[in-house]
Amino acid sequence: MTLTASSLGRDAGGRAILDGIDLTVAPGERLGIVGPNGSGKSTLLRLLAGIARPSRGEVRLGGVPLQRLTRRDIARRLAFVEQQAETADRLTVRDAVELGRTPHLSALRPFGEADTRVVNAALERVDMASFAGRLWHTLSGGERQRTHLARALAQEPAILLLDEPTNHLDIRHQVALLALVRRLPVTAVMALHDLNHASAYCDRVLVLRGGRIAGLGAPAEVLTPATIRAVFGVEVTVHTDPGDGTRSLLVKGHIPFGETPEMTHVTGAAR
Amino acid sequence: MRPLAAVLLATGAILAALALGAAFGETAIPLGIVAKTAANHLFGAGFAVNPIDAGIVWDYRLARAVVAACCGVALALSGVVLQALLRNALADPYVLGISAGASTGAVTVAILGVGAGALSLSAGAFLGALMAFGIVALLARAAGSGAGAVILAGIAGSQLFNALTSFIVTRSANAEQARGIMFWLLGNLSGARWTDVALTLPVAATGALVCLLQVRALDAFTFGADSAASLGVPVRATQILLVSTAALMTAVMVSIVGSIGFVGLVIPHAARFLVGARHWRLVPVSAVMGAVFLVACDIASRVIVPGQVVPIGVVTALIGAPIFALILIRARRLT
Repeated sequence: MTLTASSLGRDAGGRAILDGIDLTVAPGERLGIVGPNGSGKSTLLRLLAGIARPSRGEVRLGGVPLQRLTRRDIARRLAFVEQQAETADRLTVRDAVELGRTPHLSALRPFGEADTRVVNAALERVDMASFAGRLWHTLSGGERQRTHLARALAQEPAILLLDEPTNHLDIRHQVALLALVRRLPVTAVMALHDLNHASAYCDRVLVLRGGRIAGLGAPAEVLTPATIRAVFGVEVTVHTDPGDGTRSLLVKGHIPFGETPEMTHVTGAAR
Repeated sequence: MRPLAAVLLATGAILAALALGAAFGETAIPLGIVAKTAANHLFGAGFAVNPIDAGIVWDYRLARAVVAACCGVALALSGVVLQALLRNALADPYVLGISAGASTGAVTVAILGVGAGALSLSAGAFLGALMAFGIVALLARAAGSGAGAVILAGIAGSQLFNALTSFIVTRSANAEQARGIMFWLLGNLSGARWTDVALTLPVAATGALVCLLQVRALDAFTFGADSAASLGVPVRATQILLVSTAALMTAVMVSIVGSIGFVGLVIPHAARFLVGARHWRLVPVSAVMGAVFLVACDIASRVIVPGQVVPIGVVTALIGAPIFALILIRARRLT
């Protein structure tokens, strides 16, 4: 299922926090969204998920504008994992994952055997099956994030949107979670902070700056020292691992605050 | 527990509470006579019962117990709904300013004489409750989205209407009126009759049905409104439906029996402690516990001080606060 945004924009407090976003996410693709704080990453994800309404343009899911779909229709095709969604309720991991079945259930279609199987499969996917009976507040940050992911998978979506899924996780859990997302048989769009993670785990990268697209394409084409300097205000050098040829960025320093780096627009060839 | 057993247990608990509610009072009436009277009225059984006893049991105590039960259901479910939607453990039906508005409405009718006798105290309270809720809802909307805005708007609205009530009472009421209003504000079931049942029963039943049909949506709010939206719940429509249901249920109950505190706060917590946070269990269990708890408190209000009725709001708080404290301590130890 294809997810497209055309001339997408959103205003808040009288100014555009996101503008002129044209984007097509192909089925099975992993797209990373990077950009400095406040560049509009979360807003873009919320618009793509249909949780926030666009001020301009539209989002289409499988060719149909989101406005024409009910919330339930959207939720059966697309799942959204927010940044750090918390609860104070005494809830088990299984309870939390069962919530993912909500869009498939109704008064006439109660929770049944098939739903239990989907929930079990989702728990196993994220390695949380042995934690099913654990209470939410006893979980670590990584376990909570994996539970959220399992809840999203229980929706059986074609498309998964993730807002900084590695936030507050230690490095091992970050890598494990991204590797897990890469293995999932879904289209994934995720906002990421770490540019090397975006390079390593995404097919394409979208760079946002001030709510506009500053680059879109394969990581090696878009995440260049010039773009990174212009968008993030840091100096990086590119290194290639002599063993396996993987590319990584090394931060050397930052541009002093108060100076604006000149803006360059880089768009990769691959769409 | 199997569903059938649970339904039987719940029905049994409510019937037992009603029967005890009819039996206890200034003069104790044996349960056998209560059963016979009820059979006479419900099935035309034709048992020979002393007409005075029958009158007390049927016209006064049973009607009162049924109103108490309905009120317990309504307040407990309003608490469940608001705690889930506002994601705040301290939310109860009165955070929406409903009880404050009801008291302002009541004193406006009773002391200022607005309506010139055409409006009853209850009607005034109901209108006041709706007006306060309307103001709180508009204020919350203007203050922005989010659960915090509703609670802050509720506090502002409640303070405003409480101040208005105090202003009217101090300015215009004589000592007798002030005492009467005070008693009403703390909750008073002694005026409850079958005509009140005709209003409270359908309201409580409809409210319970709405809540039961929305248990999955209530669950979906566990991780917040955005999470509910991404799970396919039409957030705005669900919030409007459920908050209005809670507001209407509460407004009707407050207008008939006064503002009985603590039920809407304590019962959902107690129920959660027993059956967990999932709403398909929490909603029915809270409803039953609310009904039984309020009937029990009403019995207590009549027998604690011989020859005198203690306002039921005082009893719910006196019993409810220690239970609440116990739950808080136990819940912490279990985690």
